[in-house]
Amino acid sequence: MHLQVENVSKRFGHGTAAKLVLDQISFDLHSGEFLALVGSSGSGKSTLMRLIAGLERPSTGSIRIDGQPVRGPGSDRGMVFQKYSLYPWLTAAQNVAFGMSLQGRPRLEIRERTAYFLEVVGLADAARRLPRELSGGMQQRVAIARALAAEPRVLLLDEPFGALDIQIRETMQEFLHRLWSQTGLAALLITHDLEEALLLANRVHILAPSPGRIVRSVVVDHDRSAMGQLRVSPAFLALREELASCLRSLEPASGR
Amino acid sequence: MPRINHPWTLGIAGVALVLLLWAGVSNSGLVDRLFLPTPQAVWTAAQGQWSSGMLVRDALASIQRVFLGFALSAGLALPIGIAMGSNTVICRLLEPLMGLIRYMPAPAFIPLLIIYFGLEELPKVLLIFIGTFFFNTLMIMDAVKFVPHELIETARTLGGRQLPILTRVVAPYIAPQVLDTYRINMASAWNLVIVAELVAATEGLGKRISLAQRFLRTDEIFLGLIVIGLIGLLIDLGFRALMRRSCAWAN
Ligand SMILES: Nc1ncnc2c1ncn2[C@@H]1O[C@H](COP(=O)(O)OP(=O)(O)OP(=O)(O)O)[C@@H](O)[C@H]1O
Ligand SMILES: [Mg+2]
Repeated sequence: MHLQVENVSKRFGHGTAAKLVLDQISFDLHSGEFLALVGSSGSGKSTLMRLIAGLERPSTGSIRIDGQPVRGPGSDRGMVFQKYSLYPWLTAAQNVAFGMSLQGRPRLEIRERTAYFLEVVGLADAARRLPRELSGGMQQRVAIARALAAEPRVLLLDEPFGALDIQIRETMQEFLHRLWSQTGLAALLITHDLEEALLLANRVHILAPSPGRIVRSVVVDHDRSAMGQLRVSPAFLALREELASCLRSLEPASGR
Repeated sequence: MPRINHPWTLGIAGVALVLLLWAGVSNSGLVDRLFLPTPQAVWTAAQGQWSSGMLVRDALASIQRVFLGFALSAGLALPIGIAMGSNTVICRLLEPLMGLIRYMPAPAFIPLLIIYFGLEELPKVLLIFIGTFFFNTLMIMDAVKFVPHELIETARTLGGRQLPILTRVVAPYIAPQVLDTYRINMASAWNLVIVAELVAATEGLGKRISLAQRFLRTDEIFLGLIVIGLIGLLIDLGFRALMRRSCAWAN
């Protein structure tokens, strides 16, 4: 899998009311890579994700998957939204099965894969529960299982843990890291949490706001086997501080 | 002993209070019995109409009209409301028209309906249809517009196309609101069937009331009103039960 984002710009509105939200964004993502985009609120992160998902069209530039231009949404790109997007009338298992059943897969296969992915996200016991009976972290794990079960070639994660409190966030980060290293999937994570990006991704792009553009890219290759220690290791903290000051310098009117 | 904090206790007490008041005033002789019949008189009338089979026949006639008219209205309002709520072109085309017709009082259509379709069943059924279809449709349209777009977009990223999204995301999401819409508009259907029967019918609860008026049988008028109220209440409770059972996730 090769995702190519080339000179993508996005403008909302027309004429004098037009607003440039993304300016000439380019990057690549291959199978087995984990890429994170970090930017402050309003820097166009979700917009970029929606362009890649095919929910919106770029104003200029191109987005391709294995050479094929993205023309609309499709199950080759699995998306996990910022806000909970489980179907409230379906159980956890039915939510996981939803994409597969839209794809018209055979019943037996759906049943087996549903059980498998619920197991992967550690929710086999919660299969029959409704979303409102699940905690926020469990709900996002179901959403991830649902996206994975549809067999995407790239997983798009738009601040998937943004609404969770800090402890659950850390568990979820470790969970996501394990998941990614086991599946070898291509993952694109959007976040405004620098630590999260540095913990999970091999490459981190920093987005500057208004208009959103990539101002810095770093390759991150530390040992992730012990995430708890990594969070406090000097090299990690130094890189985090350096990028944090970069992000701060990008804030408009930084006197406040 | 019924528990005082049971949700129904106060409601039943309210009804009992009014019944007692009615019994007291009507039996005291303060008011002419011609105007205010006693509960016993109404009960006797009920027994009479029950044993002659008239009560059941009237009720069935009215229920059948309501059922036919409302089924037609509900059945058409669902697809059209969903289409209007999910497609801007269809919405812009139909919403002003429906918004206009909605404010025309349905009973005002009775003369036209009689001219077109005579005095048989069809005009009564159509009156109920006209009186509820536009409300049903516009309320369903509104429900569709408020489906969270994350739910729709998730389905699209999972490979869902337009029709499956309507049937498998939009329809289940709005189901509780659709049932509630039907429950509310069912009340108008009952108003209208009585109005239609007052104008022209050979049987029906409304017809019975207008005949009773001609012979100054206030006990029968009271009986008709009470029966209409009870049937309406039962239908309302039925919708609520259906909603509780089929849409447990929404509670
Ligand atoms: N459909 C739209 N029409 C007009 N403007 C839009 C639209 N979608 C997004 N925008 C604008 O684009 C800018 C970026 O929005 P976006 O949601 O992509 O930011 P974000 O980086 O995801 O922010 P957050 O961290 O708060 O989620 C915002 O100023 C927003 O107002
Ligand atoms: Mg966002």
